[in-house]
Amino acid sequence: MIKVNNLRKTFGEEDKKVIVLDDFNAHFEAGQITSILGGSGSGKSTVLKHLIGVYQPDSGEIIIDGDPMVGANREGLVRIRKKFGVMFQSGALFNSLTVEDNVALPLREHTDLNETTILIMVKMKLEMVGLRGAEHLKPSQLSGGMIKRIALARAIALDPKIVFYDEPSAGLDPISIGVIDKLIVDLSKKMRITSVVVTHEIPSAMRISDKIIMLYKGKIIAAGSPEEIRNSEDPRVQQFINGSPDGPIPFSKSQKDYGEELKEMRFS
Amino acid sequence: MRFFFGFIGHSAFQTWAVAENFFKEISGMYYLTRATFYCTFIEPFRGKPNKWKPVWTQMEEVGVKSTTIVFLVSFLIGVILAFQTASQLARLGALDFVGALVGVSITRELGPLMTALVMAGRVGAAFTAEMGTMKVSDEILALETMALNPVKFLITPRFIAILVMLPCLTIMADAMGILGGFMIGVTTLGIDPIAYFDRSVEAMVVKDVVTGLIKSSVFAVIIVMVGSYMAFIIEGGAEKVGENTRTAVVVSMILIIIADLIFTSLFFFVT
Ligand SMILES: Nc1ncnc2c1ncn2[C@@H]1O[C@H](COP(=O)(O)OP(=O)(O)OP(=O)(O)O)[C@@H](O)[C@H]1O
Ligand SMILES: [Mg+2]
Repeated sequence: MIKVNNLRKTFGEEDKKVIVLDDFNAHFEAGQITSILGGSGSGKSTVLKHLIGVYQPDSGEIIIDGDPMVGANREGLVRIRKKFGVMFQSGALFNSLTVEDNVALPLREHTDLNETTILIMVKMKLEMVGLRGAEHLKPSQLSGGMIKRIALARAIALDPKIVFYDEPSAGLDPISIGVIDKLIVDLSKKMRITSVVVTHEIPSAMRISDKIIMLYKGKIIAAGSPEEIRNSEDPRVQQFINGSPDGPIPFSKSQKDYGEELKEMRFS
Repeated sequence: MRFFFGFIGHSAFQTWAVAENFFKEISGMYYLTRATFYCTFIEPFRGKPNKWKPVWTQMEEVGVKSTTIVFLVSFLIGVILAFQTASQLARLGALDFVGALVGVSITRELGPLMTALVMAGRVGAAFTAEMGTMKVSDEILALETMALNPVKFLITPRFIAILVMLPCLTIMADAMGILGGFMIGVTTLGIDPIAYFDRSVEAMVVKDVVTGLIKSSVFAVIIVMVGSYMAFIIEGGAEKVGENTRTAVVVSMILIIIADLIFTSLFFFVT
């Protein structure tokens, strides 16, 4: 469904250049849940932003449902974007609109359905996420878990083939995490939606994923089923799964040697 | 000596950096303005009609709710002008001409300018704050990934609203300012109402009002484009929203005055 080949992305100019993604290859299969796991700063969000067409890579290609995303013109981008929904980490609901209008927005803008049909469809989507009855609330009146569920309802409003989830369980209590996990699994199994989940919640990723891609400093260090990841020999993978502060993944985030950096500082 | 040249070099470099930054901002604003014009005036005729509901909402927000402050400010300016000019004109024995002076300065200059400045503070700030908050909470990103154009969705309604409302408010401000002058003229200053009216009508010409309106539509474009641009470039958190709101107000006020200067000199030399 989604193919990513040799994706490479750097930020910054010549001497301050940082490589954020290096030779990222992945294949997200139709109807499956693929999680991208990794520590803070490993480049997960950057991958996602490439997949939704917000960043242009330095090189490499992204093919979504047969359509090349990199270098697509405006119409091409619109066509591709109608195939997927995105659930943002913060929900990104429109604060000035009610829940109903939020979910109805993509329908109103991209379809010619009449208002009654739209409202029925909104009700169906809200029922799917278990929040029918919240139609007339504003986002500011919702809890964090509810916001994510409404954001999910909006993401699936146009019945997309693909849904991207950015940290769906960040900042939620275990029960809400369970609810969201169940929703993701249900959607992908019942509606054959291809799901791409960016997360650092190991237990939840292990539970729901068909495939896990593990990132470290912009490189894929492991990819496979949850079972394969759990049994990986790679000490970095083991350290991440077990969450131990000591191991091959250093505590310091700097890419430069400490002594070197001190030497380079000029004291004047 | 070395220090001196070092200093010169350093400040030249800094000036260059500032200038470069400035031109980057200007070109960014130019592209956003172009996109807005395209979405507002061209796209609707290519089969994607405008939605009018958000435009009405913005018109109410921008226009109707600003009437009180615009009325108050321009009325008081009329009053102040009448008082200020009266003492001078009285010395020349030309008290009757207070009306002419107030009328001409309001329609030509103060009406459009004061209305635009008030609106830059009231509406321009609100534009940046609203859309900036949407930007930092990823709402604009969400619009984009839903294949909706944020320019068309957010800027166009505001653009149309202020482009229609600012000239309307300017006309009303003109009327209120003249009324303010008239009230003071005929009561406190004791000018004969008929004479006041006659002198005013003699001095004022329709052309002044029209050029005032042309100016105010340019001011409208400045207010909405600076406000939107300052919102769209926000990266980071809430503190940036406050910072850019302030910058938007300051920059649009300066640009309004500069545009006014350009217009005035243009009219001065051309007509
Ligand atoms: N716009 C940008 N400009 C410069 N550097 C950036 C930019 N966006 C991301 N980076 C850098 O890229 C690296 C990866 O960032 P990214 O946001 O993808 O991490 P992440 O895996 O999502 O982390 P987290 O779990 O904390 O969200 C970081 O080192 C970050 O500093
Ligand atoms: Mg992230």
